[in-house]
Amino acid sequence: MFSKILIANRGEIACRVIRTAKQMGIKTVAVFSDADRHALHVRMADEAVHIGPAPAADSYLVIEAILLACHSSGAEAIHPGYGFLSEDSKFCERLSDAGIKFIGPGTDAIGAMGDKITSKMIARNAGVNVIPGFDDVIESPDHAVELAQQIGYPVMLKPTAAGGGKGMRLAYSDEECKDGFIRSASEAQTYFGDDRVFVEKYIENPRHIEVQILGDTTGNIVHLGERECSLQRRHQKVIEEAPSPFLNDQTRKDITDQAVTLARAVDYVSAGTVEFVVDDAQNFYFLEMNTRLQVEHPVTEFVSGIDLVNCMIRVAADQPLGFDQSQISMSGWAVEARIYAEDPARNFLPSTGRLTRCRPPVESQFVRVDTGVDEGGEVSIHYDPMIAKLIVHQDTRDDALTLLAQSLDEYQISGVTTNIPFLQALVRDPIVAAGEMHTRYIEAKYPNGYDCEQEEGRFIETGAMIATIAHYMIEQQSESLGDGRHAEQWRTPVDWIVISDREKFDFSIEQTASGHQISTKEGICQSFTHSWQPDQRLFYFTIDDSKQQCAQITRSGMSYRLEIFGVRRYFKVLTPTAGKYNQYMQVKKSADVSPFLKSPMPGRLQELRVSEGQTVKSGETVAIVEAMKMENALQAERDGTVVEILATVGDSLAADQPILKFEQ
Amino acid sequence: MQDIIDQLNQKRRAAQLGGGQNRIDKQHAKGRLTARERIDLVVDRDSFEEWDMFVEHRSTDFGMADNRIPGDGVVTGYGTIHGRLVFIFSQDFTVYGGSLSEAHAEKIGKIMDQAMKVGAPVIGINDSGGARIQEGVASLAGYADIFQRNVMASGVIPQISLIMGPCAGGAVYSPAITDFIFMVRDSSYMFVTGPDVAKTVTHEEVSADQLGGATAHTETSGVADGAFENDIEGCLMLRSFIDFLPANNQSPLPVRPSGDPRDRIEPALDTLVPTDPNQPYDIKELIHKTVDEEYFFELKPDHARNIVTGFARMEGRTVGIVANQPMVLAGCLDIQSSIKAARFVRFCDAFGIPVITFVDVPGFMPGTAQEHGGIIKHGAKLLYAYAEATIPKVTIITRKAYGGAYDVMSSKHLRGDVNLAWPSAEIAVMGAKGAVEIIFRAQLNDAEKIKEKTTQYSDKFANPFVAASRGFIDDVIMPRTTRYRVCRALEMLAKKKLDNPWRKHGNIPL
Repeated sequence: MFSKILIANRGEIACRVIRTAKQMGIKTVAVFSDADRHALHVRMADEAVHIGPAPAADSYLVIEAILLACHSSGAEAIHPGYGFLSEDSKFCERLSDAGIKFIGPGTDAIGAMGDKITSKMIARNAGVNVIPGFDDVIESPDHAVELAQQIGYPVMLKPTAAGGGKGMRLAYSDEECKDGFIRSASEAQTYFGDDRVFVEKYIENPRHIEVQILGDTTGNIVHLGERECSLQRRHQKVIEEAPSPFLNDQTRKDITDQAVTLARAVDYVSAGTVEFVVDDAQNFYFLEMNTRLQVEHPVTEFVSGIDLVNCMIRVAADQPLGFDQSQISMSGWAVEARIYAEDPARNFLPSTGRLTRCRPPVESQFVRVDTGVDEGGEVSIHYDPMIAKLIVHQDTRDDALTLLAQSLDEYQISGVTTNIPFLQALVRDPIVAAGEMHTRYIEAKYPNGYDCEQEEGRFIETGAMIATIAHYMIEQQSESLGDGRHAEQWRTPVDWIVISDREKFDFSIEQTASGHQISTKEGICQSFTHSWQPDQRLFYFTIDDSKQQCAQITRSGMSYRLEIFGVRRYFKVLTPTAGKYNQYMQVKKSADVSPFLKSPMPGRLQELRVSEGQTVKSGETVAIVEAMKMENALQAERDGTVVEILATVGDSLAADQPILKFEQ
Repeated sequence: MQDIIDQLNQKRRAAQLGGGQNRIDKQHAKGRLTARERIDLVVDRDSFEEWDMFVEHRSTDFGMADNRIPGDGVVTGYGTIHGRLVFIFSQDFTVYGGSLSEAHAEKIGKIMDQAMKVGAPVIGINDSGGARIQEGVASLAGYADIFQRNVMASGVIPQISLIMGPCAGGAVYSPAITDFIFMVRDSSYMFVTGPDVAKTVTHEEVSADQLGGATAHTETSGVADGAFENDIEGCLMLRSFIDFLPANNQSPLPVRPSGDPRDRIEPALDTLVPTDPNQPYDIKELIHKTVDEEYFFELKPDHARNIVTGFARMEGRTVGIVANQPMVLAGCLDIQSSIKAARFVRFCDAFGIPVITFVDVPGFMPGTAQEHGGIIKHGAKLLYAYAEATIPKVTIITRKAYGGAYDVMSSKHLRGDVNLAWPSAEIAVMGAKGAVEIIFRAQLNDAEKIKEKTTQYSDKFANPFVAASRGFIDDVIMPRTTRYRVCRALEMLAKKKLDNPWRKHGNIPL
């Protein structure tokens, strides 16, 4: 066994690998860029080596720097995590030349599976179902259209080089196909340095189901069941689970058999994932094989009880897995939610900044939090904006979704905008609860993203009640301020009017032995059992005899910001007098829309689609900013004429930096 | 007897209607409340005792003899806020446009005198067109009588002004002398001379709102301490605000129980100060994480934002907070920020409120605008305010404490009681680069040498140890423990007694 390994990665996956290595008694070496000097993975590792400036291309992707770190620290093996160098066969070759073990599959398997066209040919030859499509490189936009017409629309244009959804473009028409090909090729060139693109049949209402594979050097290959990752947004997985709620037993057997068959065909060693697309009729087609540890591997670990990183390290040290297929059994249901620093209300734009508060729910045998940042840490513009993965395990799917919902309710993050409200809504979505989602469900249900401040819900009244309790208790703190003479007359009122920008409630509050009781004008009484205090953000409560739930409350000026089950409101709690006078208050008109088109985040101006004097329509894409490895299209907020261009393509933009000016 | 009672009820009803339903409706249509409605919101329910409801003006000129409205345009009296006594006057725009007559002024004077006798705050709600022109000089005398009382009450009882409508001409000088001025956005304005005069005299075209609205005074002039969205928010926030203040300069600080533990650890503060000394960070995060329940009532939030001032509580007791803000102008001291903080520190000192100072100051702002604007004199105000203050003073240096600005910011040398530093503190005459460029001026061409010397200088001074070795810093603390250390310091200082030598008054550089 190795005595020391290096983790050529950062963030949560580096921390996750270090955790297992520590359990195995193996010393760990972290690598870090300038931006990660104080990162959690650096603090967790036994030692850490600086490998360069913040951009990944100058640090985490520099093979020389990683090799140097390996030599200087004396690490015997490298775990690559996911992303970065994890599927780079050149990297594997260099390691093998240097006598350093790569904790992952063999170079040949990476090479064979890394190329989408080669991998499909291997799969087809091995008898694995392959999606109808073309397995050759497209030469021109016209060529793309010709091929698409042969296959039949819709079609998907995909870069040959890599996965993760980057550079993929869907086309329903010749025009979209041409445009998609150009964009796909350009992004492929940017991200992977390889502009080759292919085209394939696009399946409507598809499900994404993948099979976890493990192999050792003795030729033992097993599968650890499937994961369903159908809840995706722009091909990025959002919520993953194991097992799949969709597969029937026969399909489950067939799909796992085929996955193992494919793994055998390439003599697969270590952990890998075979991805399939599954249609409504349980037909499944091979998509690609990922020759690395997947982001969503924890759900498999929960249901199988097997530590995948442990297996990868042992296999890399030429140890056998130590179990065969018959010894693997699955139990219960695991669900994972990915928590990102992004704003669901603004088309999921990445958000960066300092995590002024970051308090995950308490971990237990049922709740696991994989994260690479802690409170006071930074979500940097240089890397993926994922903050954490929240994974739960229960006997049934219903219980798992409930526990995930509760754990999300308790997750406290300030400083950056996160997708937590969106996740809270998603895990409570009836279609998700019924297991009837497909990979385009999120885009269909939430075409304009998710704005927790606009959402309606029956729990808003509950939120207003909580705001009332909070306000009542805070007011009560002031009862003791008086000198006693006047205080005799002063008791905190019990009648309150609660208003938000769109709701109004009329409540009466009463203290009870275990909390407070709120009655409405309609005579409905709700009894809240709670032990909340004004210095707390989490408001745990049970209403009448239901299960304990959790809302988050913060105070700002006169308002209480209430976040409950994925909905947010700013409530003002007023006395009946103030409530009555409120009718005279005028709704102030918001300031005029700025004449400037501003960069919504720090990034690089990749494309300008307009020139000075040009007229644009509201909603038209006028510029593209690349940030956090994503292209973000900026649209005109209204019709108008561009009077001035204030930035040039290639410029580094600060957040809110004006890019162009519209006519006033 | 019954006649008298009927007459009384009739008069009361008339007084309560002020200028009549028509005018009340007009006031409401402008999104404003009436004088009585505002008082309703400010004081505890059923606590208001009105005085002088039947006072009428004594003017007979210009047809005023037949035009008398009981109360004469201002509602006065006392009540309680969360059970604590306050005096209040509220000008009634529905009665002669809230204009100030001799009788109107006398009513205000009467409650101010009473407030002084019993030692309770005075709240003034201003909504007045100005002097009652029909009364001429009698009305001007009324203003001056109020100014004199404002001055006598200054530093004795807290005086707070809410500007909820026009406040123009001489009328502005009463709020100007009070301790705090709050305005309402879009419906209040203050100026000495209005837009019409400005246009005639200087040919300047400007609207009332641009000239003296809430934005003008909360951002540019710094005359007002805050602005609220509407009348309701203004009145209700005033209730929260007054909870921070003692009743008078002799009374103990109000205590409001809090369950927030004194030893609450905030690990994130350890990474608040960025590694790069030139990178900003938000000092408000430190303030929020230090004080009770993260509740900070900021004053002048939009003016001179390079310094942050406001009230909070530590273990239930009021504290004043002054903090350099590295996010704005690198947190340097300039004319506006010095004036803003100086006046705040003097208020705290007058009323026995301890001041916590968070320091990250690279120095004074350079340039002709500052020098010719009198930064020497204005910077001295803050120095003076800290030096004369006898209240408990706790100082935490988070990063830069350079040059004269280090001295000014509640340093040990200005009788700072407890001066603590974070490990990231750099207490020095100036930054390493600047210092080396002066000391080694002759070798400026030798980049290598300069770099080496800069590192040397930085190693020697870019830390809290040189200052600590001289006792200028009492201890170097872990950022995460800041709340606990400040609580301990304030507890130790609870009975602090320190007197300045007798004098009529000092001569602060005005």
